[in-house]
Amino acid sequence: MPGKLKAKIVAGRHLPVMDRASDLTDAFVEVKFGNTTFKTDVCPKSLNPQWNSEWFKFEVDDEDLQDEPLQITVLDHDTYSANDAIGKVYIDIDPLLYSEAASVISGWFPIYDTIHGIRGEINVIVKVELFNDLNRFRQSSCGVKFFCTTCIPQCYRATLVHGFVEELVVNEDPEYQWIDRIRTPRASNEARQRLISLMSGELQRKIGLKVLEMGGNAVVGYLQCFDLEGESGLVVRAIGTACTLDKLSSGSAPNTNTHMHPNTAPASNACNSPSKDGKESPLAHGCRSTHNSPVHSVCSSQRLSQNFSVSVPTLIFTGMGSGGSAGKEAGPLRTLLRQQTQTALEQRGASSSGLLLNAREFPFFTLTSFPPGFLLHVGGVVSARSVKLLDRIHNPALGNTRSYKLLDWNSVTADEPETRDAWWEEIRQEIKSHARALGCHAVVGYSESTSICEEVCILSASGTAAILNPRYMREGCLDIGCTDHRFEEPSPPNCGFCHIPYDELNMPFPAQLTYCYHCRRQKVPDVLFTTIDLPSEAAVAGKGCLIQARLCRLKKKAQGEANATAISNLLPFMEYELHTQLMNKLKLRSMNALFGLHIQISVGENMLLGLASATGVYLTALPAPGGIQIAGKTPGDLSSEHISSIQKRINDTIAVNKELYQINPPELAEEGVGSPIPEPRHRSRLFRSHSESSDELSELDLSHGKKDAFVLEIDDTDAVEDIHSLLIDAPPPTGFYSCNTENMPGISNWTSGVQMFTSVRVLRLSNANLTNQGLNKIFTDLCENLLKSFYFKLRSMIPCCLCHLNFTVAVPEEELIQVTVTAVAMTYDKEQTQEKTAEKPINKGSLEAEEQLQFPLELCADSSSSNIQTASKISGVGESTNMSPRVSSLERCSPLQEGRSRSLRSSRSFGGSSVTVVKMTPLSFLPGTRIIKYLGIINMFFIRETTSLREEGGVSGFLHSFIAEVFAMVRAHVAALGGNAVVSYSMKECVFMENPNKNQAQCLINVSGDAVICISETDQESSASTANTGQTGGSETDGAT
Amino acid sequence: MSVELDVFVGNTTIMDEEVYQLWLDGYTVNDAVKVRMEGGVMDECEASKDVLLSDTMDQYRTFQMCERLLHSPAKLANQLLFQIPPHRQIMLIERYYAFDDTFVREVLGKKLSKGTKKDLDDISAKTSVTLKSCRRQFDNFKRVFKVVEELKGPLVENIRQHFLLSDKLARDYAAIVFFANNRFETGKRKLQYLSFQDFAFCAGQLISNWTVGAVDNMVEDMDVDLDKEFLQELKELKILITDKDLLDQHKSLVCTALRGKTKVFIEMEGSFKNLSRGLINIAANISLPLRLYPCRSDRWSAADMKLYLTHYTNSAHILDTFKHQVVWDRYMGVVKSCIFKMYHD
Repeated sequence: MPGKLKAKIVAGRHLPVMDRASDLTDAFVEVKFGNTTFKTDVCPKSLNPQWNSEWFKFEVDDEDLQDEPLQITVLDHDTYSANDAIGKVYIDIDPLLYSEAASVISGWFPIYDTIHGIRGEINVIVKVELFNDLNRFRQSSCGVKFFCTTCIPQCYRATLVHGFVEELVVNEDPEYQWIDRIRTPRASNEARQRLISLMSGELQRKIGLKVLEMGGNAVVGYLQCFDLEGESGLVVRAIGTACTLDKLSSGSAPNTNTHMHPNTAPASNACNSPSKDGKESPLAHGCRSTHNSPVHSVCSSQRLSQNFSVSVPTLIFTGMGSGGSAGKEAGPLRTLLRQQTQTALEQRGASSSGLLLNAREFPFFTLTSFPPGFLLHVGGVVSARSVKLLDRIHNPALGNTRSYKLLDWNSVTADEPETRDAWWEEIRQEIKSHARALGCHAVVGYSESTSICEEVCILSASGTAAILNPRYMREGCLDIGCTDHRFEEPSPPNCGFCHIPYDELNMPFPAQLTYCYHCRRQKVPDVLFTTIDLPSEAAVAGKGCLIQARLCRLKKKAQGEANATAISNLLPFMEYELHTQLMNKLKLRSMNALFGLHIQISVGENMLLGLASATGVYLTALPAPGGIQIAGKTPGDLSSEHISSIQKRINDTIAVNKELYQINPPELAEEGVGSPIPEPRHRSRLFRSHSESSDELSELDLSHGKKDAFVLEIDDTDAVEDIHSLLIDAPPPTGFYSCNTENMPGISNWTSGVQMFTSVRVLRLSNANLTNQGLNKIFTDLCENLLKSFYFKLRSMIPCCLCHLNFTVAVPEEELIQVTVTAVAMTYDKEQTQEKTAEKPINKGSLEAEEQLQFPLELCADSSSSNIQTASKISGVGESTNMSPRVSSLERCSPLQEGRSRSLRSSRSFGGSSVTVVKMTPLSFLPGTRIIKYLGIINMFFIRETTSLREEGGVSGFLHSFIAEVFAMVRAHVAALGGNAVVSYSMKECVFMENPNKNQAQCLINVSGDAVICISETDQESSASTANTGQTGGSETDGAT
Repeated sequence: MSVELDVFVGNTTIMDEEVYQLWLDGYTVNDAVKVRMEGGVMDECEASKDVLLSDTMDQYRTFQMCERLLHSPAKLANQLLFQIPPHRQIMLIERYYAFDDTFVREVLGKKLSKGTKKDLDDISAKTSVTLKSCRRQFDNFKRVFKVVEELKGPLVENIRQHFLLSDKLARDYAAIVFFANNRFETGKRKLQYLSFQDFAFCAGQLISNWTVGAVDNMVEDMDVDLDKEFLQELKELKILITDKDLLDQHKSLVCTALRGKTKVFIEMEGSFKNLSRGLINIAANISLPLRLYPCRSDRWSAADMKLYLTHYTNSAHILDTFKHQVVWDRYMGVVKSCIFKMYHD
């Protein structure tokens, strides 16, 4: 009995009137955990009852503590009839289970009813006493920290990254059980909420166990999802990255991008025992061996261990930058070809040593931003999709190797989790093989998703193939053997990640390679697509912007296998078209790289929707994008005039966009492009030209009419339409920028204004005979109009940037298209951008160069390169600090100093209100503040149903209040944990169903995030300066989040 | 193709003050969109009509959801559903309880009953305040009236604390409550020219000087009910007009003081009896206290009026046989300031 849970019910307020006669309520409370229930006294005739109950004590296993929520039910006492439920509060105990997080949960919680919404509030105090447990075979994993944040959390330092963890649990959906026919909608909703809460708890516990097994103490980038499979059940699955995190003492320089040099992080320090029982963690050994062995010997020591089966013939598409003019036919074909070569490769490379560590099997990382030096090279986006039929699987729950506990004792296992496991395993294998084809040993920015329509399910996974620095990995975690010489030559951090990881002679796809425009030593592709955030050290020119590709494809209604086949036949074409759109739009904005690429394909009964979002940016290491050239299929056609007018429009748009996003890359010498390694003479010339102010006109010349221009062929009316639709995308109004990543390329001087929002729009297609083109237009307009609405609503925040714009599309019914968007608007200071370009770079640059040189210099001794080269390398870095593109990257690196002066404004406190202000953001940070404590993960699932839709203001009124209620409940939970903000917030699921004829609607929402305490930057500074004056220098160097 | 559902929810509730005003003024969504378009908001962010419509709908929904809370403003500060910065909360409440002077002028002194509520459409037509807005204002009056009715302590303070209103607005509500409670008629044709603010001032004077609360501040309804004892004592003042000697004496004192100081002296002298009777009769029959119009004359300037009343009041003190000095001051102090207030165009 390793834990004692204590709960105290203090008071209620704003309760609803339950007794019409007296206009009052006789309220009492039931507190339930597991199978134990306690009750408070009835507080008669009050809407603001004071119970002030005793401490209700539950003696429970920590396993249960992790799985079960504390369930608080508020009821109205009725002498003659059954007591009426007012509502419930579920409290997740998990944050109390590790010592560094919250120690008590105390505060006002909204009392929630699935039919009536929030009905008053209740004040509750919850505590947990954990006892030491020496049982090694225990099933709990108390003490493992979970973070939704996809970077190393602020105030922690990663000493080791262990790798991929995943788990899924399956159960029957209570909504589809026979009993649902006889119980009330309320009972059914509550059963569902409770079950999902239980399943999430169990899932988290199991993942925690895996992390302990690997020797880690935390999961970063924890991504949990639900698959509501209807009849066939309910799947809760999660992926994450196991890490060993070290808490930075509060006094030390809060270094988010800790330079994780193993030598400076002694193993003993690193492995503070993750669990409270004091069990020695196996991590210690791993850590020690890592820093004892030189990097190069690691390479030979381990080989990726797995039994690789032949690649599954699902259709896949690896979205990578394609160069030159790509014919439409080439796409899928290319993919298939690639697949064959891969398979061959895999079989050669596969060698099994019998180790079945998940992390080795799948060197995947859910992280999207990394400490400097972690990410060596980026190959490109790898993605895989697979279409499955849900009703096909019906395996008896036999031969389970994994310990699987039935959650609902009364229910029968819907299907074996292994089936779903196998599906995902298949997809992951595919992803891995793609990564290998790109010459990479790891996948970063990895995520998984599903789209379900009736019995068809599309499983998708995507990530970015990359080569990581092995010194941060647990030994053997990566297959170093497959990488080669490229490791030996260190590359400057501001362009290194752009250098191709694959073999130039054996390229996985056609791409135009040139020498890196930064270091001139390594090859870079002409375009780079990734799913990760822009590395903080990357050199960019100008600002970034949101780029979306939108696509609708009609499909015939079909059943079963025919349907699945139809869908899987459509998928590659959709991916290809989305990719082409992205590429065109990227060129139209005169940019050459995409970050945070997320492609969603959603399936409906009669159509497929595809939405790709990414943040475009101009990487100065990559060649300038060529323009777009329009070419008629039949020259001398009557339409040639038409073509030239389109060409003009495109050229104009490019010019406008260049100005808009302030893309003024350093002017490059003509001969530099595509020529062999430039001689020193060339380089010196290059540097000279950087110092000169660039000429707008000559730049335009560069981009247009050049040989590497992207050619669009107009061969039919469709193509014309496509081009028109390209030009539809309106740029954001003046004062606005937008991106879908954590960082806005080119903006770092955030001020304190933060507004997180969620918007949902559902469109009903009334016209039954729509064409693909027509649908595309409608869908594009829907997305564009949403953006316009945001700009308008947030106009008071100008200058402002919409960050982390996360679009989710769904086809909830045959003629409905639903788009859900969650994002945050943040204000920034316009003036300072210009000001500090002049002052900052020198001081800042030298600091950075020093820091970054630590690593390269060490390796230089090993490498075969001569002294001269080493010298030039160093001078290269030094010189580069004076280059203009470099400046822009430096700007980005230092949000703190700007934030500091700004946050004076934010420190104005609002006195008088009894409710804690809780800020929410989908980003991992809040501008102008520093996170001093992570209080635990917030993972909440709510169902809301109504049978009086009209009375509640129709569907919009219903959903509006539900979303507001969800926000309120999240805020209340965070405040009760003692927090004042939620970071990495996301709305994973927003399933909306309506039946207007019956006046009914139902909605399910799942949200998650990290509850934190953050303090204003100014507070931090004042406290730090009194304590230690030397610290300011430390905090200056970091901040590149 | 139609938008089936369209919502936008911010973690911090987004509210546009302009739209809020339109909502309060009872505009329909479509009318509000029209007004906003004319206001030129479209140019601000390259917005289209659809964008404006969507935004207006969102805001209207938000306001509707907030309305319940605004009925008991104290709840707004500790509710959890909407995260609204305190200064915004103050704005929301203040504007919600704000009213149109033209509207309140119509219902001032009327019973806040269902009957009056039925007449709101007439009032709406007359004042060109939308019916929706009339209802809101009327319900606000009624709500405030009901809450403070049962409370002890100073009226203005009670209103301010319960409804978190500004001092100014709380005073106005106190006046409305006072008038509604005492049912002073304000609809008389001769009073038409007076604005609500004139009446509110008078009510303020009455509340601070003539009510129970002026002498005892722990009684229920202290600021709503007039001090009965005082009213009784006022009857004694009649002696100033019933006693011939006193009247003459008073007149000569006043005239002596006024002579040569005003252009309308002759008229003042001539109408002294009437004026005095008017003033004293009000005292005797306080239920119609605002029949102060007899003092009004086209030829008297405000300065003349002031001069006259000052000497009229002071002279009474010199009268040997006039014993009711305290009551006289309490009475005349209020009457004087009320008349000054009302003496305008």
